Amino acid sequence: MSDVMIIDTGLANVRSVEVALQRLGATTRRVTDPSDLARADRVVLPGVGAFGPGMANLHARDLASSVRQRALAGLPTLAVCLGLQLLCEGSDEAVGGRGLGVIPARVRRLSAAARVPNLGWCAVADMDAASGAEAPRAPVHAYFAHSYAVPGADLERLRASGWQTLTADHGGLFLAAARRRGVLACQFHPELSGAWGARLLRSWLENAEQEMAPWQR
Amino acid sequence: MATVRVVPCLDVRDGRVVKGVRFQGLRDVGDPAQQAAAYAAQGADEVVLLDVTATLEDRGARERTVDAVRRGLDVPLTVGGGITNSDQARALLGAGADKVAVNSAAVRRPALLGELAREFGRQCVVLAVDAQADGSGGWTVATRSGRQRETLQAAAWAREGERLGAGEILLTSWDRDGTGDGYDLELIAAVRAAVGVPIVASGGGATPAHMVAAVAAGADAVLAASIFHDGVWSVGNLKLVLAARGVEVRP
Repeated sequence: MSDVMIIDTGLANVRSVEVALQRLGATTRRVTDPSDLARADRVVLPGVGAFGPGMANLHARDLASSVRQRALAGLPTLAVCLGLQLLCEGSDEAVGGRGLGVIPARVRRLSAAARVPNLGWCAVADMDAASGAEAPRAPVHAYFAHSYAVPGADLERLRASGWQTLTADHGGLFLAAARRRGVLACQFHPELSGAWGARLLRSWLENAEQEMAPWQR
Repeated sequence: MATVRVVPCLDVRDGRVVKGVRFQGLRDVGDPAQQAAAYAAQGADEVVLLDVTATLEDRGARERTVDAVRRGLDVPLTVGGGITNSDQARALLGAGADKVAVNSAAVRRPALLGELAREFGRQCVVLAVDAQADGSGGWTVATRSGRQRETLQAAAWAREGERLGAGEILLTSWDRDGTGDGYDLELIAAVRAAVGVPIVASGGGATPAHMVAAVAAGADAVLAASIFHDGVWSVGNLKLVLAARGVEVRP
């Protein structure tokens, strides 16, 4: 089946996403070199930790422009948690620090009206589908572990740039996932989101560049 | 808002799941990887793996257990017990833990919490607080699997832990652990008033009513062990009852 390269900057915990992809039959390899990325069919940009060190690490290993180029080109790329945030323009977590600028949004701290960090399962909704004729399906839940997110106010900008979005609510609406061509960016952890998370990963592995978002298949 | 998590806890010794009362009289109740996967299939929102006698065991064994559990588990995994420094935390996260819980070592050296938060992010760092009623309406902290009583007050320590870098409090009532008498609701409320991060209630939870009460007192997650190990409740049936009683859980 698929060969997946997982960017291993030494900061992020990649083990959970690695075994989740292996359970689905993918072979995985941890990579740290830009030349590996050029050859990769599928790339995972994982992430736990803070925005500033995350970006610094990508730059230090000369990975930032390779990741940016392939994500802009819509090549199969899965960004998880901090990975999604690194694809954005910037984050309040690292004042002055710039992100990869692929997703047209800025990352903000979660509202203090809810528990921060958000460590738990939130219902995710498909706003694209909800606005259409299709009836909303049964709610699905995904596992989040974060203190920052793209706020709901930025979602119009994303959709205007061709991104399909999933949203969740934790003291306010925020971006749960964004998808454009082969790029799937999840604020939640699909690898820790039970059977639904596994289905999402499988869908991305098998048909990354199809018309429909993986959560619509 | 995030749903209330139902969290089975596996106390592990020598690679086997064990359970005692107030950390004593441990009996063998199964294989960690098999049990964790079974609980996840029943709808567990997270699994906690506590190495109750970690200080007496070699470390490699712990990582092998974590690795075996991780391979079959598609929900979050928290691992605690005997972690004293970043290297040990890194090894456990590398083996497949998503969060690490620290207790005794953080009491000895509070700076550990900041070190872990800086390296792995606050969302990876759980402060485990084992609280013992002090007989005058408060709670002091117990360490070394309940063998040592500290002078620290539980709520004040939780607050300090949050300030230093903890992203979650795993709050165990030592007095209620394994008794099935229900969570210590006053303890939960006292710690809730002291911190803004999520609280996992632990110790004494045996019925849906206990869990409803813990959530009302301020818990974001409810942890239990005996009722799941003994088959009194499956995680799925428990969540159905909680949902029927108005607790928002993941179906």
